[in-house]
Amino acid sequence: MVFQYPMITVQACLDGLLLGILFALIAYGMALQWGVMNIINIAQGDLVILGGYIAYFMYLYGIHPAWGVIVSPIIMYFIGVGIYKLVINKVVDRDLFISILATFGISILFMQLMNFAFGADVVLANSGYGTTMLFNNNVTLPNSKIFSAFVSIVFAICLVIYMKKSKLGRAIRATAQNARAAKILGVDTEKVYAATFGINAALCGVAGALISITFTIHPYMGLPYTIRSFMIVIVAGLGNLPGVAMSGMGLGVFEEFADYILGTEFRIGSVFLLLVLILVYRRFKLSRKREYLK
Amino acid sequence: MKINKLILSFISAVAILLSTSVVSFAKVVGDKIVLGAAISLTGKYSSNGVHTQNGYNMAVDRINSMGGVKVGGKTYKFEIIYYDDESNPKRAAQLAERLISQDGVEFMLGPYSSGLTKAIAPVTEKYGVPMVEANGASRSLFTKGYKYLFAVLAPANLYLDVAIDLAVEKNNGKPVTVAMAFEQDAFSQDVRLGVLDAIKRTGSKKVIDDKLPKELNDMAATLVKVKQMKPDVLVVSGHTKGALTAIRQIAEMKVDVPMLAMTHCDAAKLSKQHGKNSQYALCASQWHKTLTYKDDFFKNGMKYAADFEKEFGYDPPYQSAESSAALLVFKDAFERANSFDKKKVRDALAATNMQTFYGNIKFAPGGQNVDKPMVLFQVMCDGSGKCENKVVAPTKWASAKLIHPVPKWSER
Repeated sequence: MVFQYPMITVQACLDGLLLGILFALIAYGMALQWGVMNIINIAQGDLVILGGYIAYFMYLYGIHPAWGVIVSPIIMYFIGVGIYKLVINKVVDRDLFISILATFGISILFMQLMNFAFGADVVLANSGYGTTMLFNNNVTLPNSKIFSAFVSIVFAICLVIYMKKSKLGRAIRATAQNARAAKILGVDTEKVYAATFGINAALCGVAGALISITFTIHPYMGLPYTIRSFMIVIVAGLGNLPGVAMSGMGLGVFEEFADYILGTEFRIGSVFLLLVLILVYRRFKLSRKREYLK
Repeated sequence: MKINKLILSFISAVAILLSTSVVSFAKVVGDKIVLGAAISLTGKYSSNGVHTQNGYNMAVDRINSMGGVKVGGKTYKFEIIYYDDESNPKRAAQLAERLISQDGVEFMLGPYSSGLTKAIAPVTEKYGVPMVEANGASRSLFTKGYKYLFAVLAPANLYLDVAIDLAVEKNNGKPVTVAMAFEQDAFSQDVRLGVLDAIKRTGSKKVIDDKLPKELNDMAATLVKVKQMKPDVLVVSGHTKGALTAIRQIAEMKVDVPMLAMTHCDAAKLSKQHGKNSQYALCASQWHKTLTYKDDFFKNGMKYAADFEKEFGYDPPYQSAESSAALLVFKDAFERANSFDKKKVRDALAATNMQTFYGNIKFAPGGQNVDKPMVLFQVMCDGSGKCENKVVAPTKWASAKLIHPVPKWSER
């Protein structure tokens, strides 16, 4: 079919790239916190969905959901810091297994709370952006997807500059490199950890708002986003933003093609399969040395 | 530390005491007929679970206030014990056991969804407890030879085959090409089987047959294929998320297809919340308020909808209407059986032949309702952008004429 209808190939590539940029944003948040405090956040996807609900509620109250990409990260930052203070700082010095369990617990809690608070309905926020037609209307790109890719890139660039230039950004990078040395040199690592978790949650907030504009959200839809970002990170490695962006887009295109060739039912399945293959191939070691200091 | 432990053991002692000393209900207490139901009040089915519960409650209040149930010269009132099954089939089966063996319930109402009904049916069957259910449409429920299961709704395979027939009719009786996208769950796959039957019957051709995953929120790939292959009909079924995703992406990608047929449009509130994007979509429904069926309790569909809105503040989806109908069926069966013997009530249920505001009800040996056709409505919008669902098929109940083929996006 891909050969029979060449336009499908073009469409799949473009859809995949736009989608992949969004995945990369979520994955970048995960890479950041994984690199700094060596925590694999299973609740990543649920933070995304929560961010989506914030945009959705703005939409319900008559505010254009695109503002969600500003409001949602601000709220999510504080939620992230709150989660850190309540849970993560109690498990951050334990082994990896404990932190995975803890974030897994947070994930379940968030799912149920969102279900309780917002109901089990599938919702979406209408942006009212039109559609861009290419190649004699054979390829269509919803402007909402273009918008979300654009916003993702803007946020990623801002974050990179922030990490390079600002004091907190330097502190975060220093802590990621060597927490002990950073602490000796006067970095308040506790604050850095909290801020990192907050920034990650804020990125999830942006992504969630974009997903509510582009796709649909539902309390139980978080896990696929966690898996995707996990995969992007282990392919790209920690602290490698171009790598994250590339592997994010690669995953997006891979998913679209899997959808066309194997069928929609294998879309998520193929992502899981790819994850297993990559883990086997890279013999990924999860037993990285912990660098947390109390 | 010691005090903490003491408090903890005290609390657990109280908890154990409370859990064992629950008052045991019997099937009929004084002038009350106690029915049991496991309903999804939390979890992924919670919104439809609540619609179901509201439907049950509405009918219980109405029947009780209009004289109750007369059995053996005495009047009884309905009462329902609810448990929350958390949208979890295992939990639903446990709760059914609990309702029957601990609470002594001898008559059950169904849960929400085919999956949960499938989990409960073996339990009610084991104890010989009659269950009237209103929200499990999967065909497989009715092929297992269950004797105590009765469903007031039409089975899932009848949801969308009407649409194929309609498309063929509009094509001057010539076969059509069909694109299908169905979620991989019991209900949607049954809908798919029905559509396949219709395709075979009419000599039509399927050109796309996609299965959608449970985590579905993007069906761009399917829609691109639709765009390239230009089928005559696109059929989508994947609960609320399928309906929402399809409507959003069809509008965004400007997919032109002469006929779009779906399920769960009213649960997804398409016409209210997605207006023009959902215009011309055809939707299968068990019930619509404009149908002119009648009964003594709710009068007719319009009256039911008005009363329901007054009590719960929203327009009743068909899930509520069919749940209310289940109570009417029970009342009718009790009075005809004139007894509370499970076997006799079961036989009376099997012989049901009545009309309710929701439709005619007559059970096949498998337990499904064979006397009520599905209806198709079409989302139609007026100039101001206000959209409404109008019944277009079957012609007997139609309140508007089908708009076919759907105008192209470039001409809207």
